[in-house]
Amino acid sequence: MSIRKQKLSSVFFKYGVFIGLVILCLVLTFITPNFLTAQNILNILRQVSIIGMLAVGMTFVIITGGIDLSVGSILALSAVVATSLAHPDTYPLIVPIVVGLLVGLGCGVINGVVVSRWKVAPFIVTLGMMTAARGLTMVYTNGRPVINLSDKYNFIGGGYVLDIPLPIIIFVGIALIGVFLLNFTKFGRHVYSIGGNESAARLSGVNVGWVQTGVFALSGLFAGLAGIVLSSRVMAGSPVLGQGYELDAIASVVIGGTSLMGGVGKIGGTVIGVLIIGVMNNGLDLMNVSSYYQQIIKGIIIILAVLLDKKKS
Amino acid sequence: MDLATDDVLQMKNVRKEFPGVVALDNVSFEVRRGEVHGLMGENGAGKSTLMKVLAGIYQPDSGDILLRGEKVRFQSPRDSLQKGIAMIHQELNSVLDMTVAENIFLGRELTVPGTGIVKRRLLKEMTREILQQIRSDIDPNRKLRSLSVAEMQMVEIAKALSYQSDIIIMDEPTSAITDREVNILFGVIEELKASGKAIIYISHKMDELFRLTDRITVLRDGQYIATRDTSELTQRDLIQMMVGRDLTQIYPKEDIEIRDVLLEVKNLSRHNEFRNINLQVRGGEIVGIAGLMGAGRTELVESIFGARRADTGEIRVKGKPVTIRNPKDGIRNGIALVTEDRKLLGLNLKASVKDNIVIANLSAYTYLRQIINFKAEKAAADEKIEQMNVKTPSRNTIVGTLSGGNQQKVVLSNWMLTNPDVLILDEPTRGIDIGAKSEIYKMISRIAKEGRGIIMISSEMPELFGMCDRILVLYQGEITGEFSRAEFDQNQVMACASGFRKGEAVI
Repeated sequence: MSIRKQKLSSVFFKYGVFIGLVILCLVLTFITPNFLTAQNILNILRQVSIIGMLAVGMTFVIITGGIDLSVGSILALSAVVATSLAHPDTYPLIVPIVVGLLVGLGCGVINGVVVSRWKVAPFIVTLGMMTAARGLTMVYTNGRPVINLSDKYNFIGGGYVLDIPLPIIIFVGIALIGVFLLNFTKFGRHVYSIGGNESAARLSGVNVGWVQTGVFALSGLFAGLAGIVLSSRVMAGSPVLGQGYELDAIASVVIGGTSLMGGVGKIGGTVIGVLIIGVMNNGLDLMNVSSYYQQIIKGIIIILAVLLDKKKS
Repeated sequence: MDLATDDVLQMKNVRKEFPGVVALDNVSFEVRRGEVHGLMGENGAGKSTLMKVLAGIYQPDSGDILLRGEKVRFQSPRDSLQKGIAMIHQELNSVLDMTVAENIFLGRELTVPGTGIVKRRLLKEMTREILQQIRSDIDPNRKLRSLSVAEMQMVEIAKALSYQSDIIIMDEPTSAITDREVNILFGVIEELKASGKAIIYISHKMDELFRLTDRITVLRDGQYIATRDTSELTQRDLIQMMVGRDLTQIYPKEDIEIRDVLLEVKNLSRHNEFRNINLQVRGGEIVGIAGLMGAGRTELVESIFGARRADTGEIRVKGKPVTIRNPKDGIRNGIALVTEDRKLLGLNLKASVKDNIVIANLSAYTYLRQIINFKAEKAAADEKIEQMNVKTPSRNTIVGTLSGGNQQKVVLSNWMLTNPDVLILDEPTRGIDIGAKSEIYKMISRIAKEGRGIIMISSEMPELFGMCDRILVLYQGEITGEFSRAEFDQNQVMACASGFRKGEAVI
C-alpha cells in the first residue's frame, strides 16, 4: 500500500463516524428534495437536542467506565416537579427551573455516592434509580400529566432566539460546557485517568470517589435540564416522558467513538453520534419508511459504528 | 542404558522475543522420564516464558521441541495438554464457583452420547479416584471457592494427573501452602516420579530444590547457563550461576554525601502483613529491601506511601510526625511510590505520554487549581521526556505502545515532577531489558545525588548490591537483618530472606 493510501485510510478511520455523517447527509440531499432546507435542518437539531443533553452527561459517565441507565427517569421526575411549579400566575420562572435542576442533580448525586462509597456496580445502581425515579414520578402526578403551564415556561422549549429554536441553543451550550470540563480542566483529566486505570489514578493522588460522584451528578443535572426543556416543548409534565431515552443517549455516545471500557472518548464524537441518529430518523421519515424499520436500521448502525471503532485501534 | 533415549522432552535453541525484550535467547532444555528437574533463575531470567512455550501459551519465534523424540509444535494450551504436558500455574486458574469435579473435567465433560447431558455421577467417581491417588479426600462436590489454597493446589495437581500427562510443570507450587501441606505435596511428587513421570519444578527456595530435584537447569537474562546433577552442586555454585555477571559494569554506584534523615518509620505494623518495622532513610541514601515474594515488602512500602493504612506505628518526614491515610497524603508529604506492576498500577495505558507524566502533579499546571494550563503542562512533560531520555515519537503518543523500559521512565517522570523527598521504587527494573535497566540505574543514582532518599525493593540480589548503601531483609513481615555496604554478602542476605536472623546462619 502506498503511503498516500495508508494516510487516506487512517484519515478515514480517524474521522470515520464524521465521514459517515457527511455521506448520510449527501445521500439524503440527493434522494429527498426536502432534506437540505433550513427548516428541516433546524427541525432535526431541535429533535436531537434532548437526547443530546443526556448524551453529553452520559459521555462523562462512560469515560470513567460507568453507565447511567437512569437519565430517562430523572428527566421525567425533574419535568413533573418543574411543571408543577410552573402554572400561570404562581411562582416566578426561576423557581421551576432551579427546583427541576436540583431534582436532577440530587438523583445524580445519589447515584454517584452509592457507586463510589458502597462500590455497587453503576449498572445496578442506575437501574435501581431508573425504576425508583419513574415510580416517584407516577406517585407525584398520580399518573396524570401536569398541564396548564405559563407562557414563560413554554417559551423554554418552544421559543426562538434569532430564529433559532431555544432547545438547540441550550444543547450547544451544554456541549460546550462538556468540552470545557472534559478537555480543559483537572476534573476532565481525572475522568479519563479513572477510566484508563482506576488503581493508577488512585495511586497518583486522584480522589476517585469524588470524581465518580461528580460524573453522575453532572449526568443527573443535564437530565434535569433536558426534562425542563422537553416538558416545556410539549407543554405538559407527562410522567411517561423520556422512556427509553437512556438507550438512545448510550447509543449516541458509543457511535461517537467512546469506549464502554472507559478511558477513551470525546464530546465531539458524541455530538456526531447524536446527529447521525437524528439525521437518520429524519431521512427515513422523509422517505416514509415505517418506524418499525427505523429501529432495525438504528440497531445495525450502532453495531457497525463500534466495529469501525475496533478496526481503528 | 543410553541416556539420550531417556529424554522424554528436548527443547532446542528456543528463541522468543517480545517488543523490546529478548525473553529467551537460544535456550535448550532436556527432561528425562522419572526425574524431577529444577528450573532456576532470577525473576525475568526466562523460566516462566520457557514453560509457557512448553505449555503452548506462547509460540516460539524459532527453535524445536521434541516430545518422545518426535518434533512437535503446540498451537494452544489444549494442544500441549493433549500431548501429555500439564502446567500447574503459580496463580491458580480455577473457576471458583464450580465444583472440584467440574473444574477437573472442564472442557472435556463426558456426556451421554448424542445429548450433551453431562454424566455427573461418573465424573464425580473419576474425580474421587484421581484424588485418592494423591491421598487427598477433598469432596468432589465442593465449590472451589470453599477450598484452602493448598487444597486448590491439590485439585490442580489432580487435574494434571487426569490428563495422563507424562510431564508436569509446577511453577512455585509451595508459595502459598503450609509446611504440612508441602510435605504431602513432596510425597506426591516422589510417587509421580517413581511411576515414570517427569516433573519440572520451578522454585526460588534452595532447600526445596536440593531436597527434591535430580538435576537443575539455570537460566539467566533469557540465556541457558548450565544443567547439572543436583548432587554435584552447592548453594554457592547455584547462586554464582544465577547471578554471574560483573556488577561494577552495570551499576553506576557513586559515593554520595549522606545527609539528614528524611523519613523515619517507627514500629509500623499491619495485621498479617508486617510487624514492628523500624527504618530510616537519609538524603542521598539508597536503602534496599530484600526478601522473598510474599515477605511483605510491597505491603510495607504501600503503607508508608498511603496506598494502604498501617494499623499502628509512626511515620516522620523530616522529623515531623505525619498522618498518611491515602496516596494524596503521601504525595503531599513528599513521598512517591513507583509500583511494581506498571501496567496494572502505574500507568493509564490508554492515555498519552504527556497525560501520564503530569497526572500526579496536575494541580501545578492549572489556573485556579482547576483549569489546565496547556503551555505549562507541555513544557513540564517535554522537559522530563528529555531529561529521562524517554524514547517516544511525541508527547502525544499513547503510552501503551512504548517498550517496558520507556514506560518505566514515564512512571519515574510522573513521580519526579511531584518533587518528592523520598522516592520508593518497587522492583523498578522488572521485565526491562539490560540496556534500559542500566539507564534506569543511572537515573536512580542521579536522583540520590539531588539529595533525595530512596527506598528500593528488589528480588535481584546483584541490583541491590550494586545500587544500595544499606539493605534491610524482610522475612514473613519482619526485618531479619540489616547490612551496610561493607557487610554485603549474598549468602548472608539469602539466609536472612529464608528466615534466619543475621549472623545465625551457617553456610
